[in-house]
Amino acid sequence: MSLTKRLIACFDVIGGRVTKAVNFQDNIDVADAADLAQRLYDDQIDEIVFYDITASSEKRKIDLETVRRVAHHVFVPFTVGGGIRNLDDMFEVLKAGAEKISIDSMAVRNPEIIRHGADAFGKQCIVLSTQAKKVEASSAIPSGYEVFIDGARTATGMDVVEWVQRGEALGAGEIVVNSIDADGTAAGYELEITRLVADNVNVPVIASGGAGTPEHIADGLTVGGASAAIISSMLYSPRLERNYGVKELKDHLIAAGVPMRPYR
Amino acid sequence: MIGVIDYRAGNAPSVGFALERLGIAHRLVRDATALKAVDRIILPGVGAADATLASLREAGLIDAIRARVEDGTPFLGICVGLQVLFDHSEEGDTPCLGWIAGSVRRFPDTDRVPQIGWNEVQFTRAHPLRAELPDTGAYYYFVNSYYATPTDPSVTLGAASYSAEFTAMAVQGNIAATQFHAEKSGELGLQILTNFSTWDGSDA
Repeated sequence: MSLTKRLIACFDVIGGRVTKAVNFQDNIDVADAADLAQRLYDDQIDEIVFYDITASSEKRKIDLETVRRVAHHVFVPFTVGGGIRNLDDMFEVLKAGAEKISIDSMAVRNPEIIRHGADAFGKQCIVLSTQAKKVEASSAIPSGYEVFIDGARTATGMDVVEWVQRGEALGAGEIVVNSIDADGTAAGYELEITRLVADNVNVPVIASGGAGTPEHIADGLTVGGASAAIISSMLYSPRLERNYGVKELKDHLIAAGVPMRPYR
Repeated sequence: MIGVIDYRAGNAPSVGFALERLGIAHRLVRDATALKAVDRIILPGVGAADATLASLREAGLIDAIRARVEDGTPFLGICVGLQVLFDHSEEGDTPCLGWIAGSVRRFPDTDRVPQIGWNEVQFTRAHPLRAELPDTGAYYYFVNSYYATPTDPSVTLGAASYSAEFTAMAVQGNIAATQFHAEKSGELGLQILTNFSTWDGSDA
């Protein structure tokens, strides 16, 4: 008996539709968010995370109707992020059926939102997502990975490791490490920063950005030290030569010695 | 009709969506009056034991739920809804409801805390609430930093392990509870909700 690692399907949603970008640009339409959620639930995905990717830049509230539609189809954990500015926004998302809230750029602007969210809803509810970019190591950025925000457009001058440790201390229950350099490449997670974060916090760490093959996922969960792996394109992107089913991925991971909830 | 206790810090909507998908009649309950119209009670929970109890107290629900449970109404607590049933929780050093003897402790920091993810549950005996579920080899979704240790070990219907063995599902008479999120544990978790919808509160 032991805790298994998780496969998390990630949706970037615009207007209720799942889209796919490369390096945070050039989105193409994939499917209706609720339809894809239903399909992946039926395929026994472990968890789903949904980002309303334009809510923040359009300065509007998150698309609660789509959150609600997805929540009606998935009876596995469901995380929502994008455009969450305060406790009331969090409360609305949870009442729409999400279990967890992902915060990213807003947490950098106002770190206290992490503490307030954790106090109100429990730390397990607050997922701190961070966009990491490899830079030259310096006294300000000793890890050599800098935090970026606003869809990788804005540098913050903050060190990724220092930031996630601060986030953990403020009450984040999980940390997502999203590599800007690896995102959309299908060349594998950026294992170095994933491992560095996993070794420096005591909450679960989720690898994100770059998975293209089952081997990449296994690497993220072993070499990278992650407790969970976010995947997207390889499940459903029409841009890739082939997509993978959850069973195929789990069979591979279990064969590679990674503890997973078996496909039934 | 199942009453799902709806309080600010809870996740009643997720439980409601699950019951809706299963076609099980239910209503969200926010006050003592609404509780009178139901014949089964689910207390969902996320977040902290102290905040959960404060929020139930504020809604005037604690005595009302206690009265129904003492009358034999089948009751299912989920996650924090399990932890608050015990005597005491280390979380915020909180006195809890004391319906089941035992205490709630924090996982040691030797493993990542909170525990988040799918863990195997081994059932210890037969019970109507676990009908159709395998004895071993099945996984359920947990999110918890604290775990319950019942004084009477026979209260544990299902056990899981994280740092040490802990109670994943507890049953005492008409009071039952899961530490895992039955509403978020896929089809196996939904089976527990289905079983609860016809459970009369007895052991067989």
